[in-house]
Amino acid sequence: MNTLFIIAGKEVRDGLRNRWVVATTLLMAALALTLSFLGAAPTGTVGVGPVEITIVSLSSLTIFLLPLIALLLSFDAVVGEIDRGTMTLLLSYPVARWQVLLGKFLGHAAIIAFATVLGYGAAGVALAMGDAEIGAESWRAFAAMIGSSVLLGAAFTALGYLASTLVRDRGTAAGIAVAVWLAFVLLYDMGLLGLLVADGGKTLNADVLNWALLANPADTYRLFNLTGFKNVSLFAGTAGLAAHVQVSPSVLLAVLAGWVVAPLALAAALFSRKQI
Amino acid sequence: MTDTPAVISTICVEGVSKQYGDAFAVREVDLTMAPGECVAMVGHNGAGKSSLIKLMLGLTTPTAGRISVLGGDPASAAASHIRRQVGFLPESVAFHPSMTGRETLDFYAKLKGASRRDNDALFERVGLEPSAIKRRVGTYSKGMRQRLALAQALLGGPKVLFLDEPTTGLDPALRQSFYEIVRDLRDAGTTVLLCSHALTELEGQADRVVVMSRGRKVADGSLSTLRSLAQLPVRIRLTMPAGNVVEMTCANDDKVAMVRRVACEERDVADIEIVQPSLDEMYAHFLRREAAE
Repeated sequence: MNTLFIIAGKEVRDGLRNRWVVATTLLMAALALTLSFLGAAPTGTVGVGPVEITIVSLSSLTIFLLPLIALLLSFDAVVGEIDRGTMTLLLSYPVARWQVLLGKFLGHAAIIAFATVLGYGAAGVALAMGDAEIGAESWRAFAAMIGSSVLLGAAFTALGYLASTLVRDRGTAAGIAVAVWLAFVLLYDMGLLGLLVADGGKTLNADVLNWALLANPADTYRLFNLTGFKNVSLFAGTAGLAAHVQVSPSVLLAVLAGWVVAPLALAAALFSRKQI
Repeated sequence: MTDTPAVISTICVEGVSKQYGDAFAVREVDLTMAPGECVAMVGHNGAGKSSLIKLMLGLTTPTAGRISVLGGDPASAAASHIRRQVGFLPESVAFHPSMTGRETLDFYAKLKGASRRDNDALFERVGLEPSAIKRRVGTYSKGMRQRLALAQALLGGPKVLFLDEPTTGLDPALRQSFYEIVRDLRDAGTTVLLCSHALTELEGQADRVVVMSRGRKVADGSLSTLRSLAQLPVRIRLTMPAGNVVEMTCANDDKVAMVRRVACEERDVADIEIVQPSLDEMYAHFLRREAAE
C-alpha cells in the first residue's frame, strides 16, 4: 500500500513540476467560467436555472476535452519510462509491477481529479455568487457532473495506460491514443447515428441502442449527466430520451467505473508479462 | 563452476538461456558467485552481459535454466525481499530530470525501505557536492549522474551489487575513488558483478573474470588462471648498458627459468621488465578461439 503512494506521489510531483497540473486546472477553470457566465445570461422564462445550463454545456465540452487531456497525460506513462530507461531501474527495486502501474495511474488520476474539481468548482462558486436562486437539487446535479467527469477522465487515463503497455514504441502509443479519442468521442456517435438511419428502426431497437451507448464511456457519461436529473434533461431536450432509458444513474456510474477498472486490469496483466 | 555448494553462493545461474525470437541473447550460461567476491564480466557490445544482469534482476525470465539470487528466484512474486538486498547500476543511467538529486535518492530510499537519514552520508561517499544535491538531475553532467546512480545502488547496504558499465564517462580520479568504494563493499562481504569494456582498468580490481561472447560464457577464472589457459607468450624486455633494448618472448611456464638464465648469463644487464599479457590481449585471444570453434 505504501509503495503505491510513493509512486503516485512522485507522479503528482512530476505533474506539478512540468506544469501539467497548472495548465490543465487553468484550462478547465477558464472554460468552465466562460460557459457559466455565458449560460447565466439567456435563461429567460424557460424555467431552468443557470446551473442546469452550465451542466449541459460543461458536460458536452467535457466529453471532448477531458478524454483528450487524460490520453495525452497517460499514453507515455509506461512506454516512455521503458524508453528512457527509468523503468529498468524502478523494477529492480522491491516493487511489484502492478504496484508500479496502479501507483502511476493513481497519480495521474489525482492530477485530473484535482484539475476538474478545482476548475469546475470555480464555475460553481461563480454561480453561487450570482443573483439567481439555486436549489439543492441543482447543486446535486452539479456535484454529480463533477464526480462523473473525474470518472470519465480516469476511464480514458486507464485506456491510455492500456495503449502505453500494449506497444514498444512511443509514437505508436501516441497514435493509438489519438485513435481511441477519435473513435470514442467523434466517430462512435456518427457511426451509431448512421446505422440508426440506415436501419430505419427494423432491428436496432431501444434495447440495442442502450447497450451500444454503454459500450462507450463518453456516451455513458453523456447519458448520466443529461438524463440523470429531471431539470437538466428538460433543458437539454433529452427528457423524451430519459423516459426511454431503462438504465438507472447508479448503473451508469458503475459502467463508467467498469471502464476504469477493465482497461487498467488488462494493462496490469500485460505489463506483468512484459519483457523489459 | 559447480565446485561451490549452492548454500553459500549468493548467485547461482544454471544452464540459463534467453531467446528473443530466434536470436539467443544468453546461451547455456552457468555462473556462481560467492559472498565477498568481485567478478568482472567482459565482452563486446551485444555479448549478453546486460541480458544476463536483467535475468539475474528478474526483469526478464529465462527461456531455459534456473537462476537463484540470495536463495530465491528473482522473477517470482516473492522477490521483493531479494530486491531489497540488491543494488543495481544500469548501463545507461536515466533519472527523472525534473527531480533534484536529493529528491531522487529520497524516492529510491523510500521504495527500498532504507532510512533516509543515511542519504547525506551516501552523497558524501560518492562525492556529490551539497550544492549539486539541490539541483535538478536534468542539469547534471555525466559524471554527476553516474555518482548519483552509484549512490542509489548503495542504498540499504546491498548484499549483491550489479554494476553495468559503471565507469563510462568518469574521469580517472573518479574511477579510482569508484573502485575504492567497490573494494570496501567487497571486503564487507558484498558480491559485486562488474561489467565493462574498459578491460585494463579491471586488472587488479576483480577476483575473477568471466568472458562473454555472443551470449556464451567462453572463459571463467582468476586472471592467473586465464593467463595459463590462454598460454599467451610473456615478453621479457632487457635494457642493455649501452641503452639498447632486447625483447624476447617465452611461454608463461618458462618465464622463471628464462629470467634466471638471463640474470646469470647477461651480468651487465641494466633493467629487466616482464610484460604479462594484458586482459585486453587475453580477451582478444578468447574471442579468436571462440570464433575458430
